[in-house]
Parts: sequence; structure tokens; C-alpha cells
Amino acid sequence: MTLSKALKIAENEIKNLLNILNDSFQVFIPKLKEKTSYKFYEWDIYNNGDEFNIFIGVPKSSIKSFFFPQPETLFKFSIQKDTTALKEPEEENKRMLFGVRPCDARSIILNKLPYSEDSYYIKKTEQNIIIGLSCNERRNSCFCLWAGGSPMGTEGTDISLTLIDASFIVEAITERGGKIIETLGDKFPVASTSDIEKLNALRASYEKQRQSIPDPVKKIQDKNLLELYDKPLWNDVSLSCINCGICTFLCPTCYCFDIQDETSKGQGKRIRFWDSCMFPLFTQHATGHNPRGAKHQRVRNRFMHKLKYFPDRYNVFSCVGCGRCIKECPVNIDIREVLRDML
Amino acid sequence: MENNSLNNNILSELKAKVLKLFQDGIISGFLGFASASLPMSIRPFLAKNEKDIDKLVWNSFCTINLANYLPEIIKQNKDKKIGAIATGCWSRNIVVQIQEGQLKRDDVYILGVSSRGMINSKNISDRFPGKEILHVKEEDHIVTIEGRGFSEQIKRWDVTRDNCKTCAHPDPVIYDDLIGNLAGKRSINNKYSQIDVIEEMEPDKKWEWFLKEIDKCIRCYACRNACPLCYCNTCFVDDSKPQWLGKSIKHTETAIFHILRAYHCAGRCTDCGACESVCPMGIKMRLFTKKLEKDVFNLFGVEAGLDINEPLPLTTYKIDDPEDFILKLEKE
Repeated sequence: MTLSKALKIAENEIKNLLNILNDSFQVFIPKLKEKTSYKFYEWDIYNNGDEFNIFIGVPKSSIKSFFFPQPETLFKFSIQKDTTALKEPEEENKRMLFGVRPCDARSIILNKLPYSEDSYYIKKTEQNIIIGLSCNERRNSCFCLWAGGSPMGTEGTDISLTLIDASFIVEAITERGGKIIETLGDKFPVASTSDIEKLNALRASYEKQRQSIPDPVKKIQDKNLLELYDKPLWNDVSLSCINCGICTFLCPTCYCFDIQDETSKGQGKRIRFWDSCMFPLFTQHATGHNPRGAKHQRVRNRFMHKLKYFPDRYNVFSCVGCGRCIKECPVNIDIREVLRDML
Repeated sequence: MENNSLNNNILSELKAKVLKLFQDGIISGFLGFASASLPMSIRPFLAKNEKDIDKLVWNSFCTINLANYLPEIIKQNKDKKIGAIATGCWSRNIVVQIQEGQLKRDDVYILGVSSRGMINSKNISDRFPGKEILHVKEEDHIVTIEGRGFSEQIKRWDVTRDNCKTCAHPDPVIYDDLIGNLAGKRSINNKYSQIDVIEEMEPDKKWEWFLKEIDKCIRCYACRNACPLCYCNTCFVDDSKPQWLGKSIKHTETAIFHILRAYHCAGRCTDCGACESVCPMGIKMRLFTKKLEKDVFNLFGVEAGLDINEPLPLTTYKIDDPEDFILKLEKE
């Protein structure tokens, strides 16, 4: 939808905006955490007065845990002598995630493709309001344009912020985003026509850049699935892989899960929790047989799922190009190189 | 060209020796490191022929313990030996693997190299939160960190890993050939100083410290998988019949994982620091294993992997083994 009204908020006014939003929503921002022995940005509750720092790239973790809680309670149950009672899990509050990068915001849309009929996921998309923040600088692991996104992309956001000349241009992207902006209208000035033109020109330049790349999705769709599957590259890529879950757990578009019942003293809950195709248990059958018992089979599956099976089905990669898997991989397995080798 | 004579000397000697090993038909592959697509990163790499030798690199970011890969690679290359570069701790892990029947000494050709200590890349990125490090240049004693709009020089030793700083055994303990010279045993004032600080805490402070460390754990198991000691066919966390451990991210579950992982390493851990180096969340889980290393040393006088003929401390009974814990229990 086109925006009816965009606001212009000076960079140093951002705390005022956050404080106002914090009155109506439970706001989360990326905070510089010193919880462990090292400093990094991580999603956390905003308290009035907290610093909102603009840093290059994305927080350590994606926004996945807001959409796929780790773990998520599907329902609760109690078992008494002759009866079993089921209970709905507690309702969660509406949240606002403020400062979501375009890649992370886009993951909400991509994950919705396989989860379009999952009532739990859909509920989360209704509960989480996304305030996007365009990227002015890219990390050396970023490749959103290749993945079909843009440093100024708005997919998945309700409101999008772009920092131009020390001011944020605040655009409404969805209807509910527009409603929030309306409530702010008397507190912040409206963006001028020239501001909007600047914004659009910048966005168009990225669009042009993306279109200059030969569409990798189209190219991969033209590839024969079994030929890709049998490529020797999987042995080489997997040799150094330690088969940990870093890539899948930090990835915003890895959404695979397992389900278990946790019970104690007659009370229980059915939980859905993250699983990783890097783990042998992921495909272990009850018989003991494991169709993906070897490391290279698991490594192959991660890439084939993201870069072949998913685009074959949905015409888009299951990857937003945030680069977390590259940055955090202990042995530097680089999905960009794997994609290049697949093409 | 980077002005790093020490690493360059090691690398050129390494390449020459590996070439000779291929030419003489001694090895079918050589396990070392190749360069990465990002600064401060490295790729464990198996050179399969003479042509691959040019891809080998050597620098202070080689924090992955190569012993971790050896048993699997050797299983797949039975005809000839596999060569590998090994520092003090990695060679000690090879010793432990031989002691525990995971490897045969004859299956591996060890090119030993004395370690100058490896850098903890988190120590570097920690100094530039929110900034993007684009280039890292390593000289013998100085590391230059560059990004858009900044360039800073750091003393290499200031960002060296904790385990390397307190390492007394930088030299390989077993090897077939050497690169460079041996450095000799380093005298460390107190290699358990980090542990002493924790031991002095009151129990609730200690617990608080432990929970704070593990709080960020995402259960990716990178620490376990990077460890050459962790080779169980099925890890206790993956057992499903019965299931020992819940799957939620909760302190109880995470704590059990870390405590049990550490205990499984007691008397076997060489303090190579790979677990801590690979952790994406910056958990200092090396301190858990270090505490047990200290206990094993104090109780049995053994440091893991130093002597291939020494029996493993926790699988061997000796008549003079300390039994104080039993007496203590009786008193209570």
C-alpha cells in the first residue's frame, strides 16, 4: 500500500519516539548486552531512557524467537484418575519489535509461506508489530540483494525507518502501521516531498542493483535436482563442518521443529521447540535407521532446502542474506560460495 | 605482504615438508588450515594432493583443534597415513585419542609446531561493538584492525586466548617431524588463577556466576562438536530412549548439559580452548573443564595427553588414589 503520510524524526529524537510507543506497547530493541563475557547486540525489552544505538548489521539472534518461541507451548493438559483435561496456553501480549533490519523483517514473510496454515504462527504475526530500520552500511557477510531483498526493503514491516541526513523518515507500510503513525502525527513533523523523493531514489537505486544480478532463483529452478544432489561439492563443503547447530539456530528462516510432551505430577504441556537438520537425531527413525546418518547428507540438506527445494516450491530462497551463518560458523562455511557452486 | 616473519617461516617450512610427504608417497592427505572469506576466521582444510598445498595458511586464528577431525578422516583414507599439523594441545589430544583407542599412532603423520598462542577473535570484536571489522593484519607482535573510518593496533598478547596465556606446554608431545624449533616448557606462575577466583566465591555467588555464563546458551552444541574428546556415537543429550535431558531452553536443562559435558572431559581435557573459541554466544565454558583439570592434577598428579604410556587417570585404579571424599562424607 502507498503511504498516506510519512513523518520525519530527528536522529536525536528517537528516544522520544520510543518512550511514546512504550506507553502503548511492550517494545523490544537490540541492546548491547554484557550479560556474558563479551559484548554483542541482542533483543531485549526497552525501558524508558534506554539507549537506542544504530550499529552495522543485525543483532546476534534473529527475531525468530518472537515467532517460534523456544519452546512454544501448544497446549497444556492435566491427567487425573479418569479424566484428561486440555487447556489453551496463556495469551501473549502484543509486542513491538523496534529497529528490525530489512532482512530479518523479510524472514517473517518467507516463513509464512510454509506456515500459512499454522494458527500459532499466524497469531504471532498478529501479535508482533514490526518497526523496520533500513541499512545504511552493510557487513562483509551481508548479501540481501542476492537473496531477493534490499537494504531498504520493507517486506514484513509495519512501519519502516530510514536514516537520511540525521533524520529518520518514518513510513507506514501496513494499515496497522498507518494507524500508529496517525497517533504520532501531532508530535512529530511530516516528511517533506523532497524527503520522500530522496528516500524513493535511494530505494530505487538498490532495486536497480538487484535487477542487475541475474535472478539466482530462476537459475536454480532450471537446474536438475538430482544433478545438484549428486554434486561432489557436498563432500568438500561438509569436510570441515562440525555439525553444530549455530547456522540453523541463528538463521531467521530455519523453522524446523520437534514436538514433545513435558509432564510432571499429573500436569503437562505439549511443546514445540527448535530442531536442527545438522543434528543426527533430526531424521533418526524409531527403528534406529537414519536416512541422513552421514555429515555430508545433513550439510547437503541444509543448503538444498534453502536454495533448491524451497525456491522450487515457492519461487524464492529460504534465505534473507543476513549473513549470520557465515559470520558465526566456526569453520567459515559460506552459503554465498555454496550458492555460487550450485549455480 | 604482511610483515609476519614468524608465521611466514612456519608456513613456508610447512608447505615444503608437506610437498615432500606427498612426493615420497607417505601421506594421502594433509590436515591443516585454509584461508576464510571473512577476517579473523579460518577453515580446517584437507590438502589431498600437491596442488592443494598452496591453499594452506598459518596464522593466529587457527583455533580449531584439528585432532577433532582425524579419526573420521583416517577412517575414510585407509591406504596411507594422514598428515596433520599439531601444536602442544592438539598433539596431546592425539595422544588421548590413541590412549582411548580412537586412533592408531601409525595412521597419522604429525608435523609438530610449537604454539605461540592463538588469538581469541571475540577479544578483538569486543573492542569494536556495533562496528564492522573489514581487515585484520597480523604482524609478529601487533594486530592491526581496520574498518570503515577506524584503524587500530592491538598487542597480540593482549587478545590471546586465556588458555594459551596459561599454557605450560606449547610444544608438541609427539611428532614425526618438526616445523621450527621447540620452545620448551613455559613456566606459568599459576595456571589455575581463573579457577581460584571462582573457588573463592560463596556458593550462591558461584551459582550466580555459573547461571550467568550459561544463560545465553542456545544449545547448538558447537562446544561439544568442536571437542576431540566428544566422539560418543550418541551423546547423552541426543539419547531418546530414555531421554535424559529436556529440550527446552531452561537453566535446568542447559546446566545439566554443561556440567555433564565438563565431567565427561575430566582427566582428558588438554585445555585447547576449541569449545570456547567456537561458542557463538561467548560462553566461557572452558572454565568448567579447567576446574576439573585442576582437580585431576591435584588428586592424581596427571595432565592429560602428556605421556602416551601413562594410563588415563579416571579409568585406572591405584592403591594410593586419594579417597578423602569418602571420609568427608562420613564426617557429615
